[in-house]
Amino acid sequence: MNFLKRTIPLVIAFIMGVMMVFQYYVPHEASQSLLKVVTRWGITIAGFAVFIGAYSLFHLHWNKIKRKFPGWGYSIFVFFGAGITIIFGLYNGGEFFLHDKQEGTMFDWMYFNVQVPAGATMFSILAFFMASAAYRTFRARTNEATILLVAAVIVMLGRVPIGAMIWEYLPPIADWIMSVPNMAAKRAILIGVSIGAIATSLKIIFGIERAYLGGGD
Amino acid sequence: MERLLSIDRRYIFVFVALAVTIPLLIKFDLPVPVTKEVKGIYNKIDSLPEGAHVLIAFDFDPASKEELLPMALALLHHCFRKNVKVVGMTLNPGGTGLANSAITDTGKQYEKIQGEDYVFLGYKTGVELVMINMGENIYSAFPKDFYGNATVDLPVLKGVQSLTDFDYVIDLASGSSIEAWIAFGKEKYDFDLGAGCTAVIGPDMYPFLQAKQINGLMSGLKGAAEYEILINRKSTAVAGMSPQSVVHVIVVLFVIFGNFLYFMSGRKR
Repeated sequence: MNFLKRTIPLVIAFIMGVMMVFQYYVPHEASQSLLKVVTRWGITIAGFAVFIGAYSLFHLHWNKIKRKFPGWGYSIFVFFGAGITIIFGLYNGGEFFLHDKQEGTMFDWMYFNVQVPAGATMFSILAFFMASAAYRTFRARTNEATILLVAAVIVMLGRVPIGAMIWEYLPPIADWIMSVPNMAAKRAILIGVSIGAIATSLKIIFGIERAYLGGGD
Repeated sequence: MERLLSIDRRYIFVFVALAVTIPLLIKFDLPVPVTKEVKGIYNKIDSLPEGAHVLIAFDFDPASKEELLPMALALLHHCFRKNVKVVGMTLNPGGTGLANSAITDTGKQYEKIQGEDYVFLGYKTGVELVMINMGENIYSAFPKDFYGNATVDLPVLKGVQSLTDFDYVIDLASGSSIEAWIAFGKEKYDFDLGAGCTAVIGPDMYPFLQAKQINGLMSGLKGAAEYEILINRKSTAVAGMSPQSVVHVIVVLFVIFGNFLYFMSGRKR
C-alpha cells in the first residue's frame, strides 16, 4: 500500500515536474504538443475538483445540522440554495442539461435576482465595517503607525476626485506613495513569495515536501 | 470622551449610509482627472485597426461587480465603436452570467452580430492551465463557445489560433488572475496585456506596471470612471464618484476624530 500511496505519486511528481521544467525551454514541436496534452489533462482533472469541493461543503454543513452547532439553521439554506440552483441548472429551461445552455431560464433569473444582488450587498457592507474599524482601531500609537496613518489619509483622499478640491497636491502625493514606497514594498514581497514558490516546487519535485500526499509527513 | 470612543458602531453605519445616499440623491458632478495608467489601456484600444481582436477576461463574480462591471462595459463600448472584434471569457464560474449579458447587451446596442463581431467563450476551470492551453491553441482550450457553437467555425475568430494572435488582452480581475495572466500568458506567449482590478488589488499591480508587464491599469471604480470620461460616456462609475468621495472624507474625519479623542483622553501608551 505504501508503494501505491507514496512511491508512485512521488515518482509521477518527479517525472512530470522535471519534464515540464525542460519543456519550457524546448521550443520543438513535440514539446509543444506535450504541453497541449498535459494542460488539457490538467483542465480535466481540475474539473473534478468541483465534486470534491461540493462534497466538502455539504459534508461540513450536514455535520453542523446533525450536531446542532451554533448557527446550524443557516446551513439549511446552503442545501436549499444549492439544491434549487442545481435543479434549475439541470432543468435548463425544459431542455435539460444534455442540450446547450438556454437563455432566459429560471437559472438565469436566480443568478441575476439572487446571486448578483446578494454578492454585491455582501461586498458593499465592507464600507460600513471599514469605517467603524478605522474609527475604533486606527491610532497613531507609534511612529510606524503614525506614518501608516498619514499615508492612508493622503491616499484615501488623493485617489478620489474630491482630493484635488481639498488640496491640489494631494493626488500627486498619493500617486508618489503608490508608485515609489508602495511599489518597492510590493516588489520585495513579490520576489520573496516567488523565491519561496520556486523552493517549494523544487522540494515537491524532489520528494522532500510530501504534505500534498496527505498523512502529515 | 470615553463614551465617544466606545460609541455604538451603528451610529457610524448611519453616517456612512447618509454619506452614500445623499450624494446619490442630490447628484453633483466632480471632476475626474484621467491618470496615465488608464490612458495606457485607452490609447492601446484606440490605436487598433478595424477587425483587430481583443480578448477580455471577465475574471470576477457578482461580489465585485460594482467596481469591475462598469470597466467591462466601458471597454466594450470602446471596442464596438472602433469595430474591434471582441472575444470574452471567464476563469471565474460566478462571472459567466454577468460577462455574457455585458457582451451581448452592448453588442446589440451597436448592432453587432454574435459569432461574427463578438463571442463569449464561457467559463473554463484550471486558470493557469487554461491560459497555457489557449497559448498553444485556443480551439483546444475552448472547443465550443458559451452557447455550444463550435469555435473553429466562428468568423469572429478568423485569424486567431492562439493567445499570440490577439492584438490586445485585458484581464478584469477580482482575484489573483492578473499575476497568472502575466506569468503564464504574456511572458510565455508575448502579447500586449492590460488590467482592471478592484481598488484593493490596485496597489499590488504597480511593480507590473513599472516593469511594463501590463501597459495600463484601471483600479477600482475610479479607474472605471476615468475610462468612461475618456470614451465620453458617463455612466454608473462617474455617478459613483461623488458618494465614494464623500465616504472617503467621512472615514478620514472619523480617523482624525478618533485619534483626537484618543490623545485627549490621555490613553497614549
